[in-house]
Amino acid sequence: MTPATPVKTKYEAIIGLETHCQLSTETKIFSSSSTQFGSDPNTNIDPVCLGLPGTLPVLNQKVLEYAVKAGLALNCQIAPYSKFDRKQYFYPDLPKNYQISQYDLPIAEHGWLEIELVDADGNPIRKRIGITRLHMEEDAGKLVHGGSDRLSGSTYSLVDYNRAGVPLVEIVSEPDMRSGQEAAEYAQELRRIVRYLGVSDGNMQEGSLRCDVNISVRPVGSDKFGTKVEIKNMNSFSAIQKAIDYEIERQVAAVEAGERIIQETRLWDEASQRTVSMRTKEGSSDYRYFPEPDLGPIEVSPEQLAIWKAELPELPAQKRRRYETELGLSPYDARVLTDDRAIAEYFEATVAAGASPKLAANWIMGDISAYLNTEKLSIRELKLQPESLAEMIKLIEANTISNKIGKDILPELLAKGGSAKALVEKKGLVQISDPKVIEDAIDTVLAANPGELEKYRSGKKNLLGFFVGQVMKATGGKADPKLTNQLLQKKLEG
Amino acid sequence: MINREQVRKVAHLARLELTPEEEERFTVQLNDILEYFEQLNELDTDQVPPTARAIDVSNVTRPDQLQPYPERDLLLESAPEREETAQGEFFKVPQIISTED
Repeated sequence: MTPATPVKTKYEAIIGLETHCQLSTETKIFSSSSTQFGSDPNTNIDPVCLGLPGTLPVLNQKVLEYAVKAGLALNCQIAPYSKFDRKQYFYPDLPKNYQISQYDLPIAEHGWLEIELVDADGNPIRKRIGITRLHMEEDAGKLVHGGSDRLSGSTYSLVDYNRAGVPLVEIVSEPDMRSGQEAAEYAQELRRIVRYLGVSDGNMQEGSLRCDVNISVRPVGSDKFGTKVEIKNMNSFSAIQKAIDYEIERQVAAVEAGERIIQETRLWDEASQRTVSMRTKEGSSDYRYFPEPDLGPIEVSPEQLAIWKAELPELPAQKRRRYETELGLSPYDARVLTDDRAIAEYFEATVAAGASPKLAANWIMGDISAYLNTEKLSIRELKLQPESLAEMIKLIEANTISNKIGKDILPELLAKGGSAKALVEKKGLVQISDPKVIEDAIDTVLAANPGELEKYRSGKKNLLGFFVGQVMKATGGKADPKLTNQLLQKKLEG
Repeated sequence: MINREQVRKVAHLARLELTPEEEERFTVQLNDILEYFEQLNELDTDQVPPTARAIDVSNVTRPDQLQPYPERDLLLESAPEREETAQGEFFKVPQIISTED
């Protein structure tokens, strides 16, 4: 066999994410100080988080519960025996000179989550991304450099230890992602899951969710990995996607030019939309992990595990599937409605109260979402209760009111709440479906517009709209539009 | 067995500055300690699970209840250097020359 004509080598990217997620507990992981974001510097500090001699850390039981629940939601195996370790390094944001973390016996391992992308035709593309491990650790403090414009020249730094000891879980994925889009979707799904669980607010701006990306490229078909580069400093999902896409291009260009990829950490620079080298990694760091002698091991009993498992809510991937298969929604609608747990629950309550799922989805994703956006409200603050929305949808389905009347009364329902049915009755908006009444209105309209009638009959068929409008006007918008159309056409043809 | 180069590396990792005499002395001492562990190694511990602590207790946790530390000023005062800015009170640390990942 002769070798084929050389074709341009195709490359694929191998991407893994390390995500730090702040747990939404009241107090720190090993001490009883507040975790409040935005407090005055060094107001949430205590001898334990400052690592003063003679103090002892004690694990916050909520941290354990949240970490285990996150592990379960990510389909992980929960370790029957887990422990904490000290990771040693010197940096002033770490008052003890070691971080309490978990090394060889993390609380959760070997899980996965499912991401769902929608292709151009609206079909769902599902992919499982492996979760290597999830472990608990403490956050470090925050450095404020004396005059950031002269960082190199400054002779000191200022430290705020409010964040030291704030509980985190670090979630490490398998290198299963192949594009910026997949990685961004993974990060979003992770955030949805922790938000559904209520274990984290997932706020990227406040640093509650921080993603570091590991990425390398290789020719398609190769089973060896290229040199791995780490990217940090992305504080939005779109930044994750853009940083990865930029980095794939940069690495492929370098490989094709015969350059060597350097193992390094790069920072995403939002202003220039590029990744820039931070520093070269010289071998792996020597953290000299050893078991934390001040903290006992963790043994989650099967009974406790069963209790926490039973407390898990239905998760976004399960909801998406159910909305598509049981409720007949499109993958797109299912994705939008399940993005936020409160909205999904509002939708479900509306359907439970008897509304058609498709109509409920349309109203919630359309007019109601628009209202929440302009008013800057969460759906929990909405005056319109799901039962009343369902009532309105049922009135439309039963032809009691038209869709247009529905849209007309919605603002008042949104602003004031109350029963849709009562409002329709109070305002006398019940749709006119009696053919007799509509025919009378049509006769009046035709009599009043002999000129237009003449033109219509001589071929100007697009005047139908004009007549429909006139009949609607005459009936205060209450005439059944479908019936009006039918009757009008009949009468117009004479 | 541990050599002087390794002692120097461990000292660097712990940010300790050793004189040549100390390097020599600690190499000998550390080797003595390691030798002692070699003796312990003679025991067959294949069937013994590793021990990280002397007291057999697990699952020690505390409730997630806020208890602000009442003597914050004392904590700040015990720092070698502090600085008060418009943002509030900070711990002040020497310049950071290089970072280690």
